[in-house]
Amino acid sequence: MRARLSDYVEAAGPEAIEQLQKLARPLAGRTVLHVNSTRIGGGVAEILARLVPLSEELGLKARWEVMEAPAEFYGVTKAFHNTLQGMPAPITQRQLDLYQQVNQENARRLQGVLSEADFVFIHDPQPAALLRFVPRRRGRWVWRCHIDISRPHRPAWKYIRETVSRYDASVYSLAAFAQPLPHPQYLIPPSIDPLSDKNIELPQEEIDAVAARHGLDPLRPVMLQVSRFDRFKDPVGVIRAYQIARRNVPIQLVLAGGTASDDPEGEVVYEEVREAAAGDPDVHLLLLPPDAHREINALQRRADLVLQKSLREGFGLTVTEALWKGKPVIGGEAGGIVLQVIDYHTGFLVRTPEGAAFRIRYLLNRPQTMATMSLKARRFVRENFLLTRHLEQYLTLMLALQHGATDRVEIA
Amino acid sequence: MTPDPSDQARAPFKVMDCALTIISLGRSAQTLRELRDHISVVPTQCLSHHFYDSLLRPSFDDREYRNDFALWARRQLGDRRLAERLAVIEPIDFADLEDLRAHLLDVVEDRLAEVVDAPPGAPGREFHFLRSQYVIIDTGLRAATPSDLAAHIPRATPGSIFFHFVDARRRTPERTDDYSLWLKDWGEAYDEVRRRLAAVDFHLWSLTETRERIARCFTDDASAEAGR
Repeated sequence: MRARLSDYVEAAGPEAIEQLQKLARPLAGRTVLHVNSTRIGGGVAEILARLVPLSEELGLKARWEVMEAPAEFYGVTKAFHNTLQGMPAPITQRQLDLYQQVNQENARRLQGVLSEADFVFIHDPQPAALLRFVPRRRGRWVWRCHIDISRPHRPAWKYIRETVSRYDASVYSLAAFAQPLPHPQYLIPPSIDPLSDKNIELPQEEIDAVAARHGLDPLRPVMLQVSRFDRFKDPVGVIRAYQIARRNVPIQLVLAGGTASDDPEGEVVYEEVREAAAGDPDVHLLLLPPDAHREINALQRRADLVLQKSLREGFGLTVTEALWKGKPVIGGEAGGIVLQVIDYHTGFLVRTPEGAAFRIRYLLNRPQTMATMSLKARRFVRENFLLTRHLEQYLTLMLALQHGATDRVEIA
Repeated sequence: MTPDPSDQARAPFKVMDCALTIISLGRSAQTLRELRDHISVVPTQCLSHHFYDSLLRPSFDDREYRNDFALWARRQLGDRRLAERLAVIEPIDFADLEDLRAHLLDVVEDRLAEVVDAPPGAPGREFHFLRSQYVIIDTGLRAATPSDLAAHIPRATPGSIFFHFVDARRRTPERTDDYSLWLKDWGEAYDEVRRRLAAVDFHLWSLTETRERIARCFTDDASAEAGR
């Protein structure tokens, strides 16, 4: 069921909703188009699925379009994704030709809306080249980069930069991700939706049923990492941390990996992880479908500790989700995890599997510390990282773009 | 209660709201020397951002330090001595932001003279220079009396608290908050509220925590009753 603005009053407070209505008033009737590469799976699709209807409710003419592309295209864009996040790999001329061709075909298909929209938000590298094929652009074009491009493989970045430098602005989740470009570079951290299946409160019976279905022992602690089976998430490092920690604490590990239609590597990495787990009955590898949101929610709520031991990360929304559920997080020192996991406040940052193992033992032996972290984590998310705040920042950005470079925009 | 006839002459308190977008300047520092070099050339709005706007920036941080420079010195450089010196800098003590810049540079350069080989921050934990663009909205709400204002404050958005209680110190000649300025017209009955407001150290709290403290300034004082 589609959530309405009024449904967010309980989580975000009535004043936050009133503020959204006031910010949106000068933008009423404006057309806003979001384009990304997948409708299901991954944080971007989840955010757009809520952000777009709420924008409409606020009086904007918001629309969300998804690229149409052959499977081979996602192999190319996965290569872009990896190289822009720093993994050196060649991208062939044939792949680049396919990238341009698919963008050109999609630009032709969406020409009318792309040309006419007042604001066009292009999410991530996959549809970035659309702009090249829309010569008459009425509105402001913004490249919204969700991934960590702080240390990109240079040839890949130079190629993408040639296109994204033509945008009117770009948006990043963290300051560290911004690259030199000839336009304003805004910072907007993403958000979680407290009313989505992934974050909504669940009855205890449902949590217990999910845990039982996956064979979890109700009497022993559970640690969980939720992420795609992707090398940047270091699932093998998580298994190593578990193997060290279990010598001292009777822990169970759940690695729950969703897959996304634009990620062809998931199954390969899953096989590597299965091998590392070596048939240990206390390691539960779950390859869940992309719509298993309630199941992930239940697993997060069942977990005692959540890990996100990424080596590279965009913002790390799984961390935000865990904190919203009051779970301390042991996170890798990467991307937005650094912003969310504050040592001794919301969890611990670690650099190695050994470090993760130590913090697992440390926390499981200190229930009072975990309880304090839990309260703080939930408050931080409520104040800063809910969908309503994200929407507020999009509205503010549009108003700022509409009024040019002035430092203060005053709205009567 | 019958309103005081003089109420009619007083302008109502105009409730504003504020949201900000954050813009990266594309400059970052990994060492204290680099920090110094960038501080000397960044626009003054950038300095203002790092002293004030972190309050309205989405963050998981506890308000342990009063500005981003002190926080970075403590967390990323591990330099407690510098962090302590930076943490006590109060921008409103300076005539303008250029004076603030000069003082900031002094503190950093003094430290550079003390430590021969200042260690760099870890890769990926650089200081990123930012600035803000503000969108200021007239909410249409008006408080005719101090008791109206007291009733409004618990429902004020963090953006509104930021505008009236933090930003006001940068834009008013008196360098104080908007609530205190407005209450001045209500005479001695509100001196105690104003004194309490002056004692709220917004640097140390999140905006919602500051809002609670502002609200308490009104409700704890009998003078708030005078306007009811």
